[in-house]
Amino acid sequence: MLPTDAKRPLQLNDNGQLRHFLSLDGLPCTLLTEILDTADSFLEVGSRAVKKVPLLRGKTVCNVFFENSTRTRTTFELAAQRLSADVITLNVSTSSASKGETLFDTLRNLEAMAADMFVVRHAESGAAHFMAEFVCPDVAIINGGDGRHAHPTQGMLDMLTIRRHKGDFKNLSVAIVGDILHSRVARSDMLALKTLGCPDIRVIGPKTLLPAGLEQYGVRVFHNLEEGLRDVDVIVTLRLQRERMQSGLLPSQGEFYRLYGLTSERLKVAKPDALVMHPGPINRGIEIESAVADGKQSVILNQVTYGIAVRMAVLSMTMSGQNAQRQLNQETRELN
Amino acid sequence: MRICILGGRVIDPATGLDRQTDLYIDQGRFVAFGTAPAGFVAEQTLEAHGLVIAPGLVDLAASLREPGYGRKGSIATETQAALAGGVTSLCCTPDTKPVLDSATVAELVQDHAREAKKARVFPLGALSQALAGEQVAELVALREAGCVAFSNGLTEFGSARNLRRALEYAATFDLTVVLHSQDQALAEGGRAHEGAAANFLGLAGIPSTAETVALARQLLLVEETGVRAHFTQLTSARGVQMIEEAQARGLAVTADVALYQLILTDESLYGFSSLYHVQPPLRSISDREALRSAVQRGVISAIASHHQPHEADAKRAPFGETEPGISSLDIFLPLALTLVQDGLLDLPTLLQRLTQGPAQALQLPVGQISQGAPADLVIFDLQTTTVAGEPWYSKGHNSPFIGHCLPGMVRYSLVNGEIRYQAE
Repeated sequence: MLPTDAKRPLQLNDNGQLRHFLSLDGLPCTLLTEILDTADSFLEVGSRAVKKVPLLRGKTVCNVFFENSTRTRTTFELAAQRLSADVITLNVSTSSASKGETLFDTLRNLEAMAADMFVVRHAESGAAHFMAEFVCPDVAIINGGDGRHAHPTQGMLDMLTIRRHKGDFKNLSVAIVGDILHSRVARSDMLALKTLGCPDIRVIGPKTLLPAGLEQYGVRVFHNLEEGLRDVDVIVTLRLQRERMQSGLLPSQGEFYRLYGLTSERLKVAKPDALVMHPGPINRGIEIESAVADGKQSVILNQVTYGIAVRMAVLSMTMSGQNAQRQLNQETRELN
Repeated sequence: MRICILGGRVIDPATGLDRQTDLYIDQGRFVAFGTAPAGFVAEQTLEAHGLVIAPGLVDLAASLREPGYGRKGSIATETQAALAGGVTSLCCTPDTKPVLDSATVAELVQDHAREAKKARVFPLGALSQALAGEQVAELVALREAGCVAFSNGLTEFGSARNLRRALEYAATFDLTVVLHSQDQALAEGGRAHEGAAANFLGLAGIPSTAETVALARQLLLVEETGVRAHFTQLTSARGVQMIEEAQARGLAVTADVALYQLILTDESLYGFSSLYHVQPPLRSISDREALRSAVQRGVISAIASHHQPHEADAKRAPFGETEPGISSLDIFLPLALTLVQDGLLDLPTLLQRLTQGPAQALQLPVGQISQGAPADLVIFDLQTTTVAGEPWYSKGHNSPFIGHCLPGMVRYSLVNGEIRYQAE
C-alpha cells in the first residue's frame, strides 16, 4: 500500500490552463510552446514607443521577495507594468519575517489586501507549492525561485533565448556547466529542454557539484569540460557562489576556473556558432572569462530582455487561467 | 476484577499459541486458559468469537511530549492514542523539556502515566546529560527511577571517546543502550534521503552513509565495551546488512524499524507534503525492501511507532522549515496489518515483531500471554476495517494516513486486566 496522494496538477485549472506557475514539472510541450509563442508576441511590445498592453488592467500584482534579487524582481515589475497591472514590491527579508511573522501569516495578510497575483522568491525549496496549496489557492502564485528547486520563468527565458537563436530544439546539444547541485536554474532548464524535445542535454562539473539521481532528467554527465563542450550548440554557464569554497566542495576559485571556467580557448571545442548563456549575475574570471561574457557568441544580455517578455507571457496566461477557474467554481456553486 | 474472554482466536508469539480458546483473568493477571479455574465467577464477560486476541502491543519509541511540549501532546492524550492503536506498553523517548536525564523527570512521567491510566509507560533515559552527547547522564539513578534503557536520540556523541566512555559505564551496570545511527556532519542541513526525489525537489540530501558511518563506529564500540545495545529506527539497506553481519559474528545486538519506513519511500515527497518530513528520512524503494526482508527474517526483531505528534503550525510551512515526524500511535495495529495484507508476514510473525520481539530487546516484563503474567491484551477484528482518523486521540494530526482505509479494527485494549479502551 502506498498512501501517496495521486499527483494533482496543482498549477493547472480544470481546462489544463495555468492557474499558478510553480515549476515546469508536469507541463506539456504544447503549453511550454504556447508560453514561448506568447512571449515572442510581447517582445514586439517592448520595442514600441508606448510599451503597454491592457491585459492586467485593474489587477494587483504583488512581488514578495524573501530573498534578495535585482534582475528577477525588476523584470517581473516591468512585465507587470507593461501589462498595465498595479504593482507592489515587498522585500520581506527586511520586514515581517525579521519580526517573527510566519510565511503563512505574511501571505494571508497580503491576500487580505486583495492582491490578484503573488510573485514569490523564497530560500526554501517548495515554498511556492506550499503557498499555492495551503495559503492562498485563489491567488495566482508565480514562482520567482524557490531554494534549489525551481526557477521556471528563468527556465522559459532560457528556452526563448535558444529558440530565437537556433530555431527549435530538435537537433541541439546543450551543455550546462558548473554548480548543478545548488542551482534551481539548472533544474528548470533540464526539465524544459527535455519537455521541448532537446535530444542531447549535458551537465558538466565535479562530482561535488552534481546531485544524485541526474539520470531522471535524461542528461549525460561529464566531469571534463572539453569533452562535455565538444560540438555543442548552446552553453549555459552557472554562477558559482563563494560559499561553495568554504563548505569544502571545491579547493579554490582558481582551481575551479582552471578546470571549469569558460575561456575563449575552451569555447573553440563547441560549434563555431555556439551560444553562451548565463542566468546572471556573472563572476568574471571565476566561471567565465570576460572576453567570452562580452564576446559575439554571448547572449547574456538578450536573456535579460527576453526575460521581460517571458514574464509578461506567464503573468497574463496565469491570470486568465486563474480567472477562468474562479468563474468555473462560481458556476459550479450556483448549479449546486 | 474477574474477566473471562470467550471464543477468540488467541495468538501468543512468545509461546507459539494460536488457537481458539477462552481466557480467564483475575486481579490483573492471566489465571487460566480453556477452562475456568474452580470457583471462578466472572464479573465481566467479553464475547470474542471471530476476534483475534493477542498480547498488547509493545512500542519501543514514542515521543509523548510531556513535560515541555504541551501543544504537541501529553501523556494522557498520547497513551490514549496508543490504546486505540492496540499498544498497551510503550517506551517514551527522553526528548522532553527538561530532558529526561534526571530521576525527577523520570518519576514525573511515570506518575502522570499512572494517573492517566491508559497504556503502560516505560521511560527511556537520556544517555548523556541534556542529550548533548558529551557527559554521560546519571544512568544508575535513572534506572532506579524506572528507566528501562538509555538513548541519546538523534544527537550523536561528538567525540568517539565520550561515546566509548558512556557505553563502558552503561556496561558496568548491565544497562541497555538504544542507539540511533546518524552521523551529524553527514546529515547536517539535510531534509530528505539523498537520491532522485531530493534532487528533483531541490531538497538538501542526507546520504545513507550518514547512517552507516555512525553505525560502524557504534558497532565497534559496542563490541569492545560489551554493552547490551539495541539499534533503533534503521533506514538503509546497508545499515541492515551491517546489523546482520554483526549478529552473525555473535554480537547480541537487536534492531527496530519505524513502521512507516516499511510502507513509505522518498517517492512520497513529490508534491512537497510536509507530512512526509521525517528524521531519519524516508529512503529509497530498495532500502524499504531490505528493511522489509530484515523484518521477515528476524534480523530486525521489533517494529516501533516512532510516534512524533506535532501541532498544526509545526507542519504549516515549506517542507524544509517544518518539524519532522509522523503521529503514528492511533493506527499502529491497522497500519501494521497492511504488512500481512501485502503478504510480507503472516499474522503470528507480525505480532511477534510487535510484542515479544520488542519486549525481549529491552527486557520488558510484558508482551506475552502466560499464566501469572499481567493481563495486557489487544482484541481486534480482522473482518472489518479502520478509517484512519475516526476517531483520533493523539494531539498530533500529522499523519499522511488519515482518511485511508486500513485493514482490521482494534475492539478492546486491556491493561492489567482492565478494559481501558473499547471501540465506539
